[in-house]
Order: sequence, then structure tokens, then C-alpha cells
Amino acid sequence: MSWEMVIGLEVHLQLATQSKIFSGSATAFGAPPNTQANAVDLAMPGMLPVLNAEAVRFAVMFGLGVGAEIGKRSVFDRKNYFYPDLPKGYQISQFEQPIVGRGEFVIPLADGSTHTIGITRAHLEEDAGKSLHEDFQGQTGIDLNRAGTPLLEIVTEPDFRSAEQAVAYLKSLHSLVTYLGISDGNMAEGSMRCDINLSLRPSGTDELGTRTEIKNVNSFRFVERAIRFESARQLDILEDGGSITQETRLYDADRDETRSMRSKEVANDYRYFPEPDLLPVVFDDAYIEAVRQSLPELPRDKRQRFADEYELSDYDAAVLSDSRELADYFETVAKHCGEAKIAANWVQVELLGQLNKADLPLSECPVPAPALGGLIARITDGTISGKIAKQVFEAMWNGEGDADAIIEAKGLKQVSDTGELESMIDEVIAESPDQLAQYQAADDGKRKKLVGYFVGQVMKRSKGQANPQLVNQLLAKKLS
Amino acid sequence: MHDLSLADIISGLQAGQFSSTELTQGYLARIDELDRQLNSFITVDHKAALASAEQADQQRAAGNEAALLGVPIAHKDIFCTRGVRTSCGSRMLDNFVPPYDATLIQRFNASGAVSLGKTNMDEFAMGSSNENSFYGAVHNPWDTDRVPGGSSGGSAAAVAAGLAPAATGTDTGGSIRQPAAFCGITGLKPTYGRVSRLGMVAFASSLDQAGPMARSAQDCAILLNVMAGQDPLDSTSAAEPVPDYCTDLDAPLSGLRIGLPAEYFGEGLDATTEQQIRAALQELEKLGATLVDISLKTTELAIPTYYIVAPAEASTNLSRFDGVRYGHRCEDPEDLLDLYTRTREEGFGDEVKRRILVGTYALSAGYYDAYYKKAQQVRRVIRDDFMTQFEQVDVIAGPTTPGPAFKLGSKGNDPVAMYLEDAYTLAVNLAGLPGMSIPAGTADGCPVGLQLIGRHFDESRLLNVAHQFQQATDWHQQRPSLSQETAA
Repeated sequence: MSWEMVIGLEVHLQLATQSKIFSGSATAFGAPPNTQANAVDLAMPGMLPVLNAEAVRFAVMFGLGVGAEIGKRSVFDRKNYFYPDLPKGYQISQFEQPIVGRGEFVIPLADGSTHTIGITRAHLEEDAGKSLHEDFQGQTGIDLNRAGTPLLEIVTEPDFRSAEQAVAYLKSLHSLVTYLGISDGNMAEGSMRCDINLSLRPSGTDELGTRTEIKNVNSFRFVERAIRFESARQLDILEDGGSITQETRLYDADRDETRSMRSKEVANDYRYFPEPDLLPVVFDDAYIEAVRQSLPELPRDKRQRFADEYELSDYDAAVLSDSRELADYFETVAKHCGEAKIAANWVQVELLGQLNKADLPLSECPVPAPALGGLIARITDGTISGKIAKQVFEAMWNGEGDADAIIEAKGLKQVSDTGELESMIDEVIAESPDQLAQYQAADDGKRKKLVGYFVGQVMKRSKGQANPQLVNQLLAKKLS
Repeated sequence: MHDLSLADIISGLQAGQFSSTELTQGYLARIDELDRQLNSFITVDHKAALASAEQADQQRAAGNEAALLGVPIAHKDIFCTRGVRTSCGSRMLDNFVPPYDATLIQRFNASGAVSLGKTNMDEFAMGSSNENSFYGAVHNPWDTDRVPGGSSGGSAAAVAAGLAPAATGTDTGGSIRQPAAFCGITGLKPTYGRVSRLGMVAFASSLDQAGPMARSAQDCAILLNVMAGQDPLDSTSAAEPVPDYCTDLDAPLSGLRIGLPAEYFGEGLDATTEQQIRAALQELEKLGATLVDISLKTTELAIPTYYIVAPAEASTNLSRFDGVRYGHRCEDPEDLLDLYTRTREEGFGDEVKRRILVGTYALSAGYYDAYYKKAQQVRRVIRDDFMTQFEQVDVIAGPTTPGPAFKLGSKGNDPVAMYLEDAYTLAVNLAGLPGMSIPAGTADGCPVGLQLIGRHFDESRLLNVAHQFQQATDWHQQRPSLSQETAA
């Protein structure tokens, strides 16, 4: 029997607000334990939540970004459970009336096709603190710095059929939220955590099989591996005639396996009810319209525009629009040199290559976009050749100045003076009687190859600075 | 001196007839002398009170004219006070010293008031007799065998006995009005959202409201001027503009229409109490008001609705008391579950546990729709019932309680009988309306309270009606014999 994999994802996205969702504490990552927790975060008696307007705006931006319905009236609820890193004994979340309703997401796949999945909902909630079980012999340490950090929980329909689709969605989602500027998307710091709901069913059937939920997977690679492992595990069980236990599982990256969290699977009753300390959030059309106007160009639109406006291939357009930062860099380079295709090539090959080699993020690139544009302009106006340009780029990377200064200082300017080139050609011909004889004896087809020798010699003599096109033209005349 | 009204104290301090230090010393001496009989205070810090009185005197000499500069008052021990233990009447918070002031406390401090101490209360404000306090029951100064009412029983008893000229209270289902009625003082529960809840230990978030408790309507108006106003840190506090509550006190009552709900004068109402209330209403009629018979058909729904909504909210509000960060923590917990269960078993009293259980049940999966959701729907019906009546009357009046203060211990084993005490007050909280209780006679030697209920944010009118009544009568000036004996 063949089986079909059915996956739905829940992503907890940490929103990039300055302060927490219900208190004025800072949200910066990595501060010493409990230095970013005030009386509200500690759930001291009598403390009350105040909703962070920025978190709300970010949620609406996301909703508009996926074309979702925005709940005109959304309500916060208390989700009740006891845990030491949950100070109030309840999490403020949204249950029946989330801020973002149904939407749609088009995922570009590696083969150039697209896959559309449904967004079920997205709601705002607060993160819990952290329990630290090591370093406290027999006790547990509590760090409440993260308690109250705003999260947007984004839930999809069970619309994924493979690990590739799931990962492509997550990458696309990552691109969208960083474009929108609503999250730093830093997965290593937990800004994007993923719960995977996975089940198998016989191919061609509609009914969903029993699923397992894999909690808190925090990298694209781990998501892919967790799905592969878990689907194989379920397949083994089903092929043996067994049945899947509905449970929560954990992905262990070190052992590359998922395993049952062994929590007593009592059905949790969270006793949701509307949070009486907060008023419902009510939007008017003007607010939503204002947020819509403030949206930046989204990845999908940018990709399309790059292909149309700059006549880039779909592949180039996709690479260059992958992050807003790279897209902005590329556009600046293109504007400064006026040659988008050359700019696209330079950014993808030379720039990304160097960054990769140096293991640097674009934000720490030593060559600013206008400077790279200036370099390319010198290629297109004939001042230097593409080959020399790579040399100049190296120098720019090392902080030796802008393209013009380096060309000047190193005397790299291309030689386009016909007289100067002619005398160089004459010298080369004079020094190469054998090659000349060979050339003259050859037919047209072979001559094209043999001329390369002379070009190479002239370039060598000019230390690479001779204008190769001119050299070719002049050689053709002299040799004929 | 302890018999002065707040208005007299303010003018006396301004005129230099006495200093805040003298006044404060006087009240502290009375607390030392009389509170052993009443148990109305949980915490009294003589040193701090005197220090702030001295500071107020210096500030006055320096030209400071803050509204309550040097005026001593007492605060219910539900309001967090920086550096001063805030117990909420519970063992759970017996060791809790907040590092912050409630907004209400900040406002009183900013107005120059001197805090005498923190008053006793039913644990977490749950109770109608003040017998549910970890610090022991409070005794009614009119008859120390009787309860002072609850949950703001300490504040009511202290003001009635002249241990403080005024006090703060909170009212979730009658906790200002019922003890005010039992102790013969004037108490006002403002409209929900009128006074900030920040720093007030939460019982039922959608019902809790702080208000003034004092000797007269005028004194309540003076206090409300300090307390009322929007707080950016309490999302449920109202943006509604705050008037000067003293401005309309002297307005005549001619043209005023007072509705008398038949349901408030029915079965269960003590005969003497009814007689006194009817006499008080006639007094208001003489002052120019028109009495209109009305019906509030939803009255009987108030108790069941309240006892779903309030415990449900309380059950989760009290989850934070888990022994992890502050407050009581059991000795040597074996594991997490043991820490939780023993901490809460030891830290909470019976009534609190009862309400946590009821509330948890009401919110449980499968019961939510039948209980909590339904109760919220009924709540809207109750509110609409009031709003309809307010189309034809300006104020609704009736008894605050079914009878005068009952004996200590007489209802201790019967929670439902205790809940019935609040039959006339609960609906006001469910509807978010302002309500007042003013002394209007005596029954069985103890005070009887007249309840006045107004439209949302119509506190000025309630205070006006109450003040006019108090100009024409002297019920509010009667003092329990306890204080008369020792006055000489």
C-alpha cells in the first residue's frame, strides 16, 4: 500500500517589539536571568496587563501580508495551567476570536512551481519564562526574562504533503516576516519555533490518520529531519498493522529521532475564558487601511517586479528577493551602475561568494552597495575590464577605498589608446614568428583559436589593462 | 477630635486649629485603646504614620495646600502599599511586603494623606461578615457580638468607632455597602472603571471596584475626588471625565425621581428594617423627590449569576499564589506538585478554597457554556433591566441589606445563608453601576442602611441625594456606645 503524508504546522513567531506584550519590560535576548522582568511579568498581586499596540500592529501586518481576514473585534483569553515559569498561573492568549483569521500562502518550490496552503488563523499571546533544570542541584531555576514576550502563533491547515513543502513554507514565512520587519526571524534564539502535526493515510483517501505533534523544532534542517524520521516511524508501525498513538513528541537533534515526551497524556483542560483585565481589541477600517498603506513590498511582489523590471531570470529574481536586505542591496547597486543584469551577476557571484567565504552576514559586508555600483559602472564605461574589476573588488573588500581611487592608485585603467595598443601588438607579432607562420597557414576555423594566443600576449604585456575588444579588432586587422 | 468629619479636619488643619501630628497621635491612641475589642486593623505602623504627619505639617508650613494634606485615613489591606505588609486577610500573603504602591495609594499619598494603617478584611475580599480573615473576625462597634459586615469590615468598624475619620474599601458584590450599612457609616461603590484597580489584589476582575467609606456623603465626595480617574496602567479604567464631586452636593432634590423596586421590599426583608427604609424614603419625598414604584424582575438572577462569575474569575486570579515567587510557601516541598498543593492548602482559608473549587468547576470543559457563558449572558440581561428602569427614574433606592448586623458565628456553617446577605447589592456590581449605602435608622439597636443606585458615572447625583438626606437627618451622626463611653 502507498501512503500519503499529511502535515500541518504551528509556528510561534516572536515579534520584534521593544517591550513585552503586556508590560514595559525590554525583550532583548541574552540578558542575565530575571533582569528583564518587572512586577507585571512576575505576576505580583494587583498587577494588570496593558496591551502593546505595536504587537497588535505587527499581527495586523502579518494578516494583511497573507491576505487574511482581520478580526474586527478580537478577544484575549486566559489559558489556565500551573507551571513555575508561568507566573500568573495562566497564559494570556486568544481562543475563540483571534486577531487574524483565514488566509492563504503561496510557497515557491525548488522546481519553480508553487504550492498554496491555507492559514487557519494567527493569534497573539505571551511567551512563558524558562525553567532551568541544570546548575541548581535538585532544584529548578526560573528565568522570567522571556515571560511576556509577544508571540504570534500562526496555524496552517493540514496542507503539506512532504518535508520539502513544509520547509519551503517555513523559509517563505521567514522571508515574509523579516520583510515585514515584525520579527528578527532568529531561529537560534527561538524567534521562530515550529510544532509539526503529522499523520499518514492510505494514498487516495480523504480521512485524516491519527497524528502526533512534534513540539518546538527550531531550525529548517531539524524540521526536515524530524518529519523524515517521524513519517518513517509511523510508516513502520502502520505497515506492521499497528496503530499510531496520538501524543506529543520531542525531536532530539543529537540522536536525530523523535521520542514520546512521556508526559502523562491527561487531556489538559485549560479552562479558557475571556481575560477580564483587557478590553476586546476593536479595529475600524481606517486603522486597517493605514496599516495596509504602511506595508513594504512583499517577497512575492518583489520577485515578480525584479523579473519584469530588470529582466532577470526567475532564479536570479528569487535569490535576490530572498531577503529584504539583499534585495535592497541589489537594487542600490543596479541603480548606481545602471546595468541590472551585470549587477545581479556581481551580487550573486562575487558578493555572496565573498560573504560566504568570510562567513559574514550582509549587514557586516565591508563593501557598501553604492560602492559596488560604482565599480560596475567602471566596467560598463570601459575604464576597466571585468577581470581587473575582480582585482579592484578584492581591494575594496580589504578597505583600500572606492573603485576609482583603487584604479587610480594601482594604475589599473584600461588601455584604449589605439596607438599604444598597436605598438604592443607589433612587438608581440615581431616576437612570435612561429605563431605568426602557423596562423597564416591555418584556415579560418583554426585562425579563430590561434588569435587567442596573440590576445593573451598583448594582455600580458599590458598587465591585463588592454581593452580586450580593441585588441581583438586591431589584431584582426594586423594579422590579415 | 475623633468625631470630626473629614471636611472639619481639612478646615481645622488649614486654620491651624490643630496639627496633623496631633490628629494622628489622637487616632493612633484610640486604635491602641479600642482596637483590641474590634480587631479592625491588621497593621498599624505608628512610626511611619507619625513621620508622614510631621512631614505634612512641615509641608503645610511651607505653603503646600494638597487636598488631603495631613488628613489621616486607613486603607483596606487589599491595596498594595510599598514597604508595608499587604496581607489581603490571608495567611498566603502574611509575609508579603509589596515593592510598589497601588494607584489608589499613590493618589492618596500625592494628595498628602497620612496612612494610619491597613484594615482587616475577609480573606481575598471573600465574605460578608469579616469572619473569613486569617487575622480573626472584626467586631461591630455597635455590638461587639455582631459582625461588622464584609469584606471591608475592618474599614467600616474603624470609621464607625472613630479610629479613623475615613477609610478605603473595595466592593465586588457589596463589600463596601453592606459593612457601611452594618456599621452605620456612608460608603460608595463607584461605577466599574471609575477608580483604578492597579495594585489592588484582584478577586473578581470584572466586578472589583474601590471606593470611599466615611462619616458622610460629603466626606465620600472629598475622597472620591482623590480616587477617581483613568489609569493608563488599568485597561478597564474609564476615560470618562471626572467632575468635582463636591459641586452638586447642595443641589435641591425637586424633580428627582426615585424608583423603588418591589423585589427589594419582598420576602426576606426584616420588618423593622423595612419600616426604617420606608421612613427614610418619605424623608426624601419631603425634600422634593418623587417616589416611583418599579420592578426589577431580574433581581432573583443576581445571586446565581454572581456566584458563577465571581468565583470563576477568582479561581484564576488566585492561581498566582503558588509559593514560587512570593507569599506563603510550604516547608520542604518534595516536588512541584507537593509545593503547589501544600502551599495552597496551608495558605488559603475555607471560603477561598470553596470559591476556587466552584470557579474551577464553572470554567471546566463541558460546563463553560452552561455556567460561565450563560452567566455572562444573564449579566447583560440584568444590566439591561436596570437601564430600562433608568429611563423613568434617576435613582433606585431600597435597603442595603435584608436586616441589621447578625451575630458572629450565626451563619458560619451555612454559606448559602451568608450569600443571601448580598441579595440587594450583587446586581449593582454585575451591572457595573454606582451604589451607595447611607445610615437611615436602626433596627435591634444596630444601624440600617439605605441603598442608592445610580446610572453609570452618576456618582455626583448619588452623593447629592445622600448629602441632602444627611442635611435633613442625623442618622449619620449617631455613634456606637463603644466610642461614646471612651470619648469622655
